Amino acid sequence: MALSGLEIYKLLPKTNCKECGFPTCLAFAMKLAAKQVELDACPYVSAEAKEALSAAAAPPIRLIKLGSGRREFQIGNETVLFRHEKTFFNKPGLALRIKDTEPAEEITAKVETVHTYGVERVGIEMTFNAIAIENASGDADTFARTVAAARAKTDLPFVLMSNRAEALKAALAQEGGHKPLLYAATVENWEAMAEVAKAGGVSLAVRSRDGLDELADLTTKLSNAGIADLVLDPGSRDLAGSLAQLTQIRRLALKKNYRPLGYPIITFPGEVASSEEEEVVAAAQYVAKYAGIIVLDHFDPAVAYPLLTLRLNIYTDPQKPISVDPGIYEFNHPGADSPLLTTTNFSLTYFSVAGELDGSGIPSWLLVCDAEGMSVLTAWAAGKFDAETIAKAVKTTGVAEKLNHRKLTIPGHVAVLSGELEDELPGWEIQVGPREAVDIPAYLKVWKQ
Amino acid sequence: MPGTVEIPKEKWTGAIRQVTLGATADQGGSRARTVTVGGETTLPFLFFEGAIPNPPVIALEVQDSYPADWSPVLLQAWGDALRDPATWARKAEELGADLIMLRLRGVNSNGQLTTTAQATATVRAVLQATGLPVIVRGPGQAERDNELLVAVAEAAAGERLALGLCEDKNYRTIVAAALAHGHLVIASSPIDVNLAKQLNILISDMRMPLDRVLMDPTTGALGYGLEYTYSVMERLRIAALTGDSMTQQPMICFVGEESWRQKESRAASGVPAQWGDLEKRSVTWEIVTATTLLESGADIVVLRHPKTVGVIRNTIRKLMAQ
Repeated sequence: MALSGLEIYKLLPKTNCKECGFPTCLAFAMKLAAKQVELDACPYVSAEAKEALSAAAAPPIRLIKLGSGRREFQIGNETVLFRHEKTFFNKPGLALRIKDTEPAEEITAKVETVHTYGVERVGIEMTFNAIAIENASGDADTFARTVAAARAKTDLPFVLMSNRAEALKAALAQEGGHKPLLYAATVENWEAMAEVAKAGGVSLAVRSRDGLDELADLTTKLSNAGIADLVLDPGSRDLAGSLAQLTQIRRLALKKNYRPLGYPIITFPGEVASSEEEEVVAAAQYVAKYAGIIVLDHFDPAVAYPLLTLRLNIYTDPQKPISVDPGIYEFNHPGADSPLLTTTNFSLTYFSVAGELDGSGIPSWLLVCDAEGMSVLTAWAAGKFDAETIAKAVKTTGVAEKLNHRKLTIPGHVAVLSGELEDELPGWEIQVGPREAVDIPAYLKVWKQ
Repeated sequence: MPGTVEIPKEKWTGAIRQVTLGATADQGGSRARTVTVGGETTLPFLFFEGAIPNPPVIALEVQDSYPADWSPVLLQAWGDALRDPATWARKAEELGADLIMLRLRGVNSNGQLTTTAQATATVRAVLQATGLPVIVRGPGQAERDNELLVAVAEAAAGERLALGLCEDKNYRTIVAAALAHGHLVIASSPIDVNLAKQLNILISDMRMPLDRVLMDPTTGALGYGLEYTYSVMERLRIAALTGDSMTQQPMICFVGEESWRQKESRAASGVPAQWGDLEKRSVTWEIVTATTLLESGADIVVLRHPKTVGVIRNTIRKLMAQ
């Protein structure tokens, strides 16, 4: 949590020497609070003040980086409890757990599936981020062999799971230097775990079996032992309990600047789920409510796709409308006799319509109007997608010059605009298209000039 | 162990209004039981700092004529029950719905306009088929909504139906009919805190008691504006808990209607292989939309698929476990 100007002032020499370039220490403190100058500009600042100020400047939830190269992902560094207050920044990593007791060919198949899975939405490629490998066998050699076999198939980051430090050490040697997360330090093993994490220079998860007090105690010990990159497992697995715990941790970090719990959180939605549906419900809760990593026990594209979409939605910056540039878009090499349709520049609307126009295989023109990034109905209700807007887009883009005909198809949801639009665009025939993008191909098939 | 972690708690000053749907014979209706929603004094399911006296509830959607335009997944799951609203409502009750949401489509399957006599007959048939409280929505065009809902309000006087949707351009007639015949109304606004508030004020100005008003913030499905609805609901709920009286209505989300409209819930072919199996994907789409909106403050989720009902019922039970 950032300090106020007055709080910073108390840490300064208060000599008003002006060497920093400001008339008083208070003025300098105000500039520091506004992050407009660096503390180094003060030649007399004490070491204690420096430490206090740099600690206060550190993010309330530590940024943790896992993996390496193109598969690196980062979690933490969040600044708000509710996305409308600013935005959520670092999407929770989605992982699939495999166990070293599963048959080798099943493990290979799962690793390859997660490694290659990717699905596109609104122009963004969505993927899983990690594979968790659990030492269910309890045997260090088996664990290390499994990790080595998985590593041969993917460069995805790993979460290495064992309650035995020597097993993690053996696995780490096979891991290939891709910065895994070790899981997990507990009351019983934290010293040995700290050694392994430190030697490997990797992040360490901390698991509490007795609530937040035990968790904070453990992270304090680990932090004192020199482990800075921690990930929390507060212990709850049930929906209500983990919602409360994750909310409390986020509040403590953001509102109280409580350092012992200022780390991202790892969750396991499948652990108490008695069905895949229960797992997906818990995972959905964790996406919206504060997880940094979500380790699933099932992988099915029919479930992965909705979850990845939810993550994309929740982590969309609410401050900027997602929009595409207004103008004329071409599909399947349209000619002068091809149909002309119109819609708004909300990117979701655009991609829904564009996907259908493209997929239909029929040549067409799409006139995207500047509706301030709103969807058809919202823009219409707000007066941003009315006859005047559409007529203006037709005129300013000069789309008529590309056509032999004067026919424009508007979305079915704004059928009421057709009369007014014909008044605005003399000589044009306004046609009413389908309400939903999914029905566009059928509409294009019967469209006649 | 060094000290205990002090859990930060918000000191909320406001509460959501309690709204009761349905009336039993004693109360002038014919429902076997009533359903009360609202009453929360904290954010969704945060029992450590406030009370949640009533769990969120599930409504299943029933339509007055065969929904041929529905996703093939839904048509298959429900089968012939979709051909008769009374049978459909009975089955919905068996599946564990708390409420029936009857949608009057405005036209029958032959494309003819529904008459007021037909609409009231359907409402009566549904009321007879089930003991659950009932929500009735019109076709969504002002004139037709007014015509049909006024007749329904009169025919089902005293049943404490929830009638909708009331929008800023068309609320007076529906509110007047609900007032006259002992029903509730649903106030619907387009994903906007101030517009939601303003409509509640307008409805309240007509002397409609606010314990008879539900609020529809407009639902965006997963992948289709869910995040807008999610955030507007969080903002409305926070405003309500901080004492803004005109935002303290329980919220209803039309999850099924929005979720099942989307391509992801309809298209079996011509979509990327990474989308997976249609049936599983489409049901998951509805489950994820419903779960996310429950987490942001939904008091009533209106669903469509039988399987979603079981999953969401289980989810609510777990979230309500203190």
